[in-house]
Amino acid sequence: MELILALAIGVLTGSGIWLLLRPRTFQVIMGLSILSYAVNLLLFAIGQLKADAVPVIAAGAAKAAGDYADPVPQALVLTAIVIGFAMTALFLVVLMASRGLTGTDHVDGRKDADL
Amino acid sequence: MSGWQQHLIVLPILVPFVAAAALVPMDETRRRSKAAIGLLSVLLQLAGALYWVVAADRVDGAAPAAVYLLADWDAPVAISLALDRLTAVMLLLNALLACAALIFAVAKWDRVGVHFHVLFQLLLMGINGAFLTNDLFNLFVFFEVMLAASYGLLLHGSGRLRVKAGLHYIAINLVASSIFLIGVALMYSASGTLNMADMARKLAGLGDADRQLFETGAAVLAVAFLIKSAVWPLNFWLPGSYGAAVAPVSAIFAIMTKVGFYVLLRLWLLVFGDAAGASGSFGAPWLVGLGLATLTYAIFGMLAATNFKRFAGFSVIASAGTLLTAIPLGGSSGTAAALYYLLASTLAVAAFYLLVDLLERIRDYSASLLAVTIESFEAQGMILPEESEVGVAIPAAMAFLALAFGLCLLVLSGLPPLAGFVGKFALLVSALGSEAGQFMQYAVWLFVVLLVVAGFAATLTLTRLGIQLFWVPERHKKPLLRLAEAGPVAALIGLVVLLTLAAGPVLGYLQRAADALHAPAAYIDGVLGAQPKTSGEGRP
Repeated sequence: MELILALAIGVLTGSGIWLLLRPRTFQVIMGLSILSYAVNLLLFAIGQLKADAVPVIAAGAAKAAGDYADPVPQALVLTAIVIGFAMTALFLVVLMASRGLTGTDHVDGRKDADL
Repeated sequence: MSGWQQHLIVLPILVPFVAAAALVPMDETRRRSKAAIGLLSVLLQLAGALYWVVAADRVDGAAPAAVYLLADWDAPVAISLALDRLTAVMLLLNALLACAALIFAVAKWDRVGVHFHVLFQLLLMGINGAFLTNDLFNLFVFFEVMLAASYGLLLHGSGRLRVKAGLHYIAINLVASSIFLIGVALMYSASGTLNMADMARKLAGLGDADRQLFETGAAVLAVAFLIKSAVWPLNFWLPGSYGAAVAPVSAIFAIMTKVGFYVLLRLWLLVFGDAAGASGSFGAPWLVGLGLATLTYAIFGMLAATNFKRFAGFSVIASAGTLLTAIPLGGSSGTAAALYYLLASTLAVAAFYLLVDLLERIRDYSASLLAVTIESFEAQGMILPEESEVGVAIPAAMAFLALAFGLCLLVLSGLPPLAGFVGKFALLVSALGSEAGQFMQYAVWLFVVLLVVAGFAATLTLTRLGIQLFWVPERHKKPLLRLAEAGPVAALIGLVVLLTLAAGPVLGYLQRAADALHAPAAYIDGVLGAQPKTSGEGRP
């Protein structure tokens, strides 16, 4: 499980960075989204990976720390997803505005012929 | 501190938040009410900050003046707000800049787009929150609040240039946010806590593997803050995007790079102080090296600048480089000098951004540029600027502009007698007086040379640009200045003069703040020793 998750995070980060460095705004926003998925997975994994473990300790249940998942990363990742989603939406609006104002989807607002 | 006073610490966050919430549903045509709510909010923040500056100094020694456990959870678990002298000073600086920028904006600039006042208040909330919080993830949240508002403010007024600059600015800051999260994640997985004070306490007891993971996380996190505090080579976005924003927005943005510096200073001294064992002074050569590189880059940038806004952008970078270099150099007197320099340079740069907007008015084309912006906005049917510009015109406009320009020049380049000189001089004295290793000795001398050269570059460029503007009479238009526009500029410059006159008491205060930063044990005990106010039944 660890290996698969680590590979997934690595591949997502790599693809995200590659897309981020492309000159088209759409590729940039896809890169940012993929990068934020990778970061969210990493955040999720910092509390150690556990199957069939709940984060909330029920009243009267046995209280061995090993039986439970760390609830903090789950709370963090939830916040990070919400913020990341909002920022992506905002970036999309700016991207559309830039497309409308400059008539091209190049990140510098110049057509390829000008470069 | 008891009773209702203990809750005053949340006001710097709550006041702008409530003001923003009240402003959201209001129609754009109700300009006066919107401006009134905004001004009331910043004045309340200013009063609160003044109260805290006094209250923070009443505490003996290095303990924080107030610690607030949000939702009243127990100390290391709760998200805690903590306030000491440094926090109080930064809150005050933010409130002062906000007052000046908002009054300036009300004269004209808040009308070139929608929701200026809402975004402005949210920006203040994010900045105040970042100064107050003692929790790393909470810091991330406040950073995002601040950045989200700054995206909107940067795009305020729209236009091709702003959208292009905004696109770059947003993309870079989104990447920085991802890096921030990675750093926080690694530090949490190594130390098992997000509370900064708790982290500092736990670091010394970590095993080698965990300690290295923690250091890696700290380095990654530092990259995020270095991007935000505009350190070379992570700062190419700054001159363009700050220059593209409307003047009052650029002025308040002057403190945003200082937020990055504040967090670096706070976290580095807290976590990697002498108590950190093997991790003590982790990354100090990097901070110094990058700071010196930033200063060098800023010198070239200033010399090459062909207009005021680009120059102002590079002077922001120069002060970022100076401050970063000063973090590990010179001990607590170095930190005090750096904080003094921070106050002077931030106020001066903000004044300069506002002043540039007035200076550009002397030239013909800028007036027509503004008209076009307002027209295009009107064409979209969004706003009707039916009122004439607010306020009374002030006499002797040219004399005022020239005088303000000269004073800004003195501060930005660090020439005597104003505060820029006092700050730089104090920095040089403390840097030269510090005992350090071989590498740091070279760094100190390089720092001295670069600081002097940076002052020279600033003088040269401002003189050149000033001659081009003021001594070419046939191109002059008689500028029309409103009191609401000249007032904030004069007030900010007046504050710098005040800072110079009161250099003794101010430096004394900052020295006490710096001493507390360099002996963080009392701060850590204060934060972790905070007791919940309720106990027993009804607690989770």
